[in-house]
Amino acid sequence: MSRNANDAAGNMSADEILRFSRVSMRYGRGPDVLSDVSLSLPRGSFHFVTGPSGAGKSSLLKLIYLAARPSAGSVRLFGEDVTQMAARDLPRTRRRIGVVFQDLLLLDHLSAFDNTALPLRIAGHKASEYRGDVAELLAWVGLGNRMGALPPTLAGGEKQRLAIARAVVNRPEILLADEPTGNVDHDMALRIYRLFVELNRLGTTVIIATHDQDLVARSGRPVLHLEKGRLKPLPPQGPVT
Amino acid sequence: MSDVFDPTRWKPAPFLPEADARDPALIFVIAVLCFLACLTALGGLAGDRAAGGWTGQLVGEATVIVRARGGESPDAAAARAAEALAGVSGVTEARALEREKAYALIRPWLGDGTDLDDLPVPRLVAVTLDRRAPATAITLDRALKAQGLDAVVDDHSIWIKDIRRAAGVVRWTAIAIFVLIAGGAAAVVAFATRAGLAARRDVVEVLHLTGAEDSQIASLFELRFARIAAVSGALGAAAAGLLGAGLRLAGGGQGITPALPIAWIDLLAVLPCPILAALVAAVAARLTARRLIQGL
Repeated sequence: MSRNANDAAGNMSADEILRFSRVSMRYGRGPDVLSDVSLSLPRGSFHFVTGPSGAGKSSLLKLIYLAARPSAGSVRLFGEDVTQMAARDLPRTRRRIGVVFQDLLLLDHLSAFDNTALPLRIAGHKASEYRGDVAELLAWVGLGNRMGALPPTLAGGEKQRLAIARAVVNRPEILLADEPTGNVDHDMALRIYRLFVELNRLGTTVIIATHDQDLVARSGRPVLHLEKGRLKPLPPQGPVT
Repeated sequence: MSDVFDPTRWKPAPFLPEADARDPALIFVIAVLCFLACLTALGGLAGDRAAGGWTGQLVGEATVIVRARGGESPDAAAARAAEALAGVSGVTEARALEREKAYALIRPWLGDGTDLDDLPVPRLVAVTLDRRAPATAITLDRALKAQGLDAVVDDHSIWIKDIRRAAGVVRWTAIAIFVLIAGGAAAVVAFATRAGLAARRDVVEVLHLTGAEDSQIASLFELRFARIAAVSGALGAAAAGLLGAGLRLAGGGQGITPALPIAWIDLLAVLPCPILAALVAAVAARLTARRLIQGL
């Protein structure tokens, strides 16, 4: 469950995995894309981040996966203030986070197997240690028969599932997904959502930024709603059909 | 569509694509730079050898101009001078040159119509010095004065200084050109690394965001450009070596020209080229890549 942490300064509790304290962010000298955002997420939770285009959803995720730093406030992740973290320590923390990027960022010259194994190679594991795990994971996301395929030859849903496999292969503590169902049909969106639910059931904290209000409403999961860079109460939803 | 893929036989693929469409152009440019650098090195070595040879010849010799005094004939004075000099320590041989040689030196100024026998033309004594411990001009002069001879000793020291200075200029010019070319190669590699990083921003970004250290990413580019530079260096060195060998063969024992006597051993100078090129490229690629990655 999320809770507003405007007044919650100080140390994180043991079950807390992420805390934003009065965080603002801007790109260069531009206007704030996030303003005074405070939130606290418990370990093992599942949240959606919603809001109109330009509301700051992707920027919020960028702060969590350490691709950007806030212009004000602090971000605490895994109990550490990553705002103050030295650049040399960031890779170690990034390896604890899995990300499904909005544009997937699959490497077209690498096979599905190589793309999936990439975080494990970066972490320095030997191929003999993870070959079986990668094959098993690809089978789990339904790509057991496409392991040698290059991304350009995969269908949209297959690419999404490949990106998810790469994001979770090193068993991250937090899984972030930016519009993971944006380019797939309704059935595939549900299949992908079920993968996230399964991962969450296994203990991974999941945060999904999405426009898919239908999926959000059906899930019944807590929502962080952004408007013009600020966290707002979720507006009343129409009936789900 | 299914594909045949055996995970048990899988081997990790390189993070960077094996080939890039720009590689041949880059290889050509670096190979040309390496070729020029090797030619500079060969030219420098040959120039240094030529200067060394000339200096060695001049250091081993001295010329004495003997003028007859009193009733003594020029030939007798020259013979006496040769005898006196032959006994000096550091002199291997002292030989009075025939009068014709002295006449030949003076004739261009006086013309063929002059009877030189009527003139007090000085005679020359050629002195060969011991190369290990050569006699100095002062010692020779002292020995001549002791015999009451009117003589001037020329130990070629003015020429030796000039030749040594010229050899120094050749050597430092070759080094400066070599450094400039190496700098040019480094700049080309740095530029190519930037272009490579820009073209492979997807790879850099994914590696960066999935927890790769900056040094891990930089090493990919470092190895890639070091490999390209090593191949280019080998090509450039081979071309320069072939040209050097051709020049050596074309000129026989003296090389293509006595001014630049290339020796077979000089061709060994091109051998470190691939390693040096790879090192320069690796350093340039590493520095460029790290700076760019830190800006992500």
